Amino acid sequence: MTTASLETQTQGLENPHLSFLEEVSEATAGESRLDMCIQCGTCGGSCPSGADMDHTPRQLFAMIRAGMREEVLRSNTPWMCVSCYYCTVRCPQEIQITDVMYTLKNMAIQSKLFKEATAPDFSQTFIGMVENFGRSFELGLASVHYLKHFPLRLPGMMPMIVGLLSRKRIVLAPHRIEGMDQLKTILARAKELEGQS
Amino acid sequence: MTKYLFYPGCSMDASARAYNDSLMAIRDPLGLELEEIQDWNCCGATEYLGISVTPAYALISRNLALASKQANGSHTVVASCSACYLNLTKADHHMAKQPDMGERVNQALSAGGLHYTPGSLQIRHLLDVIVNDVGLDHVKSKVVKPLQGLRVAPYLGCMIPRPDYSGRLSDHEYPNELDRLLRALGAEVIDFPLKTACCGGHIPQISPATAFDLLRRLISAAAQYNADMMVTVCPMCQLNLDAYQGEMNRFFNTKYHMPVVFFTQLVGLAFGFDAAKLGFGKELVNPRPALEKIGVEVPQPEETKARQKKVKKTGLPMPVMPGDEEVSE
Repeated sequence: MTTASLETQTQGLENPHLSFLEEVSEATAGESRLDMCIQCGTCGGSCPSGADMDHTPRQLFAMIRAGMREEVLRSNTPWMCVSCYYCTVRCPQEIQITDVMYTLKNMAIQSKLFKEATAPDFSQTFIGMVENFGRSFELGLASVHYLKHFPLRLPGMMPMIVGLLSRKRIVLAPHRIEGMDQLKTILARAKELEGQS
Repeated sequence: MTKYLFYPGCSMDASARAYNDSLMAIRDPLGLELEEIQDWNCCGATEYLGISVTPAYALISRNLALASKQANGSHTVVASCSACYLNLTKADHHMAKQPDMGERVNQALSAGGLHYTPGSLQIRHLLDVIVNDVGLDHVKSKVVKPLQGLRVAPYLGCMIPRPDYSGRLSDHEYPNELDRLLRALGAEVIDFPLKTACCGGHIPQISPATAFDLLRRLISAAAQYNADMMVTVCPMCQLNLDAYQGEMNRFFNTKYHMPVVFFTQLVGLAFGFDAAKLGFGKELVNPRPALEKIGVEVPQPEETKARQKKVKKTGLPMPVMPGDEEVSE
């Protein structure tokens, strides 16, 4: 098939799935350039956690383009992203891949489509602390998260926990910022603007 | 003295106390006046961005708004943590490039009586400030105890060189700033191929096997290059490599012992400060043997009851994992 005939063929088709690509692009902070993907696979080849993803970023972008909303939002790919930005700086099309991964996490949480709760829970517990104190609180976060998701790792982690405590690298009480009311007002307004209040 | 608005970030008071102590010690000889942003809040790390866009950027931007209000004479914010640095630059960058998003973030900020004009502050990482503003000539002039004979693997991790929106470093993947700084201190600097590979960030809390694999890559590479220690510029990298090294060793049945220290601690040593003033002794992987090589006394850390797992002597030739030969008895 010649390129010309392929073009005529696809032009005639109404693509009912295009909207998911647009939806993802719209929701991304900054310009995603997701529609520019040429499926070269540089992203997946550069990804330090790619081996543990059920779809490489390249595959995921093809799936977004194909409108496979549910499969995409159920994928563990965005949750395995370590925010190293290798893909982002290597992408020949300058797609803001890491930011797209953040968008997919947002959308998966909104539609409750993630397969595995460990990563979304971690983010939400972390943010819960920040929304209450204005600062992160590692002891609270680690206690809640590890007891819920990794209780069996705790015995093996005891040397580390004791070591960090004895070296005063874990703070025992959270620090609350003075402008907590101000921060809460700002965040409440931001959630309203995001349509999430 | 050059004045900067300082954003320390949450870990400087907790897991990265050694970074804070050493920075406070060296700021005078470096001529850095660091004025802390009053009542700053957490930047949200890599967590809030994955939950909700406007709240995440509003959280980050409250700090920028406070900084520009405070800005008496300085318009440069310096962050010591790589994740904080990236988040602050990210908010500034996106708000400038996407005016409608900037507008939304400012609407949220205005509910708290704040405003931030994107582009009005310059946001820099401490490493960049020391190498490019203070300058290596000035650093060299303050060295009284060169780190001769200390073999170090410079490790930057991800978030300073990438995405590096305003192109502050020499390269996204192989920048030389940290190498040059450490060489100015007299250390023997390895041309470390994994200097910007990822430590895993928050992944030890999500997928431990993935995390241990990333940590082993870094630590085994540094060990194979016969590094005495790895030198980091980021609290998250230090915590992952140092605190999880034991769990990683158990996972792979290896015996790596690779100390991981902050670059500011080595600057302090070369400037002649006492190791105890520089936060040494807070590591879980003891850098004492490495530093004794260059005649530095390190305070003995309060020992934990952690037992070292012994490798069974079978008498048979068993395959050796890289790192087994690194055992210091």
